[in-house]
Amino acid sequence: MLELQHLSFLVPVDGKDKDIIRDVSLTIPDDKLVVVTGPNGGGKSTLAKLIAGVETPTGGRILFQGEDITGLSVTERARRGIAFAFQQPVKFKGIRVLDLLRIASGKHISIANACEYLSSVGLCARDYIDREVNASLSGGELKRIEIATVLARKAVLSVFDEPEAGIDLWSFQNLIEVFRNLRKSAEARSILIISHQERILEIADEIIVLKDGTVDRRGSRDEILPSLIGTSAAVNYCSRMDNTTGGNATC
Amino acid sequence: MLNLDPIQMRLLEEIADLHTVPEGAYNIRSNSHAAGRQSSANIEITPKTDKAGIDIRIKPGTKNESVHIPVVLTESGLKEVVYNDFYIGEDADVVIVAGCGIDNCGVQDSEHDGIHRFFVGKNAKVKYVEKHYGSGSGSGKRILNPGTEVYQEEGSVMEMEMVQIKGVDDTERTTTAELAAGAKLLVRERLMTHENQRAISTYVVALNGEGASADVVSRSVARDKSFQKFDAKIVGNAPCSGHTECDSIIMDEGRILAVPGLEANDLDAALVHEAAIGKIAGEQIVKLMTLGLTEAEAEEQIINGFLQ
Repeated sequence: MLELQHLSFLVPVDGKDKDIIRDVSLTIPDDKLVVVTGPNGGGKSTLAKLIAGVETPTGGRILFQGEDITGLSVTERARRGIAFAFQQPVKFKGIRVLDLLRIASGKHISIANACEYLSSVGLCARDYIDREVNASLSGGELKRIEIATVLARKAVLSVFDEPEAGIDLWSFQNLIEVFRNLRKSAEARSILIISHQERILEIADEIIVLKDGTVDRRGSRDEILPSLIGTSAAVNYCSRMDNTTGGNATC
Repeated sequence: MLNLDPIQMRLLEEIADLHTVPEGAYNIRSNSHAAGRQSSANIEITPKTDKAGIDIRIKPGTKNESVHIPVVLTESGLKEVVYNDFYIGEDADVVIVAGCGIDNCGVQDSEHDGIHRFFVGKNAKVKYVEKHYGSGSGSGKRILNPGTEVYQEEGSVMEMEMVQIKGVDDTERTTTAELAAGAKLLVRERLMTHENQRAISTYVVALNGEGASADVVSRSVARDKSFQKFDAKIVGNAPCSGHTECDSIIMDEGRILAVPGLEANDLDAALVHEAAIGKIAGEQIVKLMTLGLTEAEAEEQIINGFLQ
């Protein structure tokens, strides 16, 4: 279980402190898929980074499985079972997809095992396993590899920061399946997804609406989702595709 | 069996992946003496009579054979200049493994300057691998100044892999190449310097015939207070294509100077230079830390991948 207690994150802007996260307290229970949504600039990605340790809070505490991890590094949190999928996947020169999956799994997994992770994110493993994780891969390919590395972690808590950003429609539909499967698997005990995609909200057990750096609402999907439909906190992927492709998208 | 001590054997392993005498033709030089030499039916190795060094003659049409000519130095204060000439016959397809390892436990500088000339016949294919390595706790420097001249006839292909990862205090590498029509040169240089090491790498490639091409790529890492200079020039004297690339990571107080040089003397010469120098991107380290590596492990992983 993850517990945030009065978490705050201030950044100096023009000589003044600006609240990005303001006194957020919430829990992510075990075995739940929780989606954090809300308008752009509401602090969603920052919250994910605070949990992973990429950013350090200016106030409050983070408890993970009962332990105060507020002062722990990214590495220490990873080793305690927190996985984090970046919104913008990082590129490397010379590091192959296989290398990254082996680092992620923490052991020298076989090529066949590595291929399973790639297959589960819809990549033809044979074509990718030896590819370098560099700019020769498309945004969608990098994103799927990013998600595969999180699957390979078999983490207690998996945090995905806008997993749908930058991927194509086919990948998006596949992504929903990835989360469904991850939720079913015994290894993944909690999943936290930052997203404002309606399709992702539809598979949530709980939804948290973050607005102006604070929790605006939270509750079960059935309680929260109806009030979000039609707002920027629950965007329909197809309608967005319609806007960008001239109405040719089919869902 | 080779008459080499354990330190010499370790150097041999570092520079040529050799645990015992190699298959095929070889010449192993240890502290200025031949520790082993063998010619094969198609590859003849003979010592020079006027100066230190050997001539390697590869018969036309020789296929899938290799030549190993590693050099090891373990005597502190030893300085030598060695001239090796390679004559590669038409249509041959061979692998040449060179390299030099110096172990210096003394206070005097040890230096090996290998001057290699390659005469690559028509349509011949050569893969040349050269690794440089230094070790030893002495204050004497380990110095390597290789000079390489490549002369490629029509349609020949020369692939050069130059590696220097550890322990060489001072190196000035000069490589020149002249390519006739349709000849192709590929250079892959990998370099890492530490402490106060200095490495200078200079290339001058002349593309003299129609359809000649060159691709010279250096990937390097400068750590501690080390300094590197990469100076690559391609001269296009005919309709040809040339590309040079310097991709470098600097760490600590490391410094790198990249000097691009392109000279087009023909309207249809297409020449490109790319250079990028910078520290390891912070997000790369953070990404690997989210996978459970420490910051130091993440850095090593990134550098190892970069220099692969």
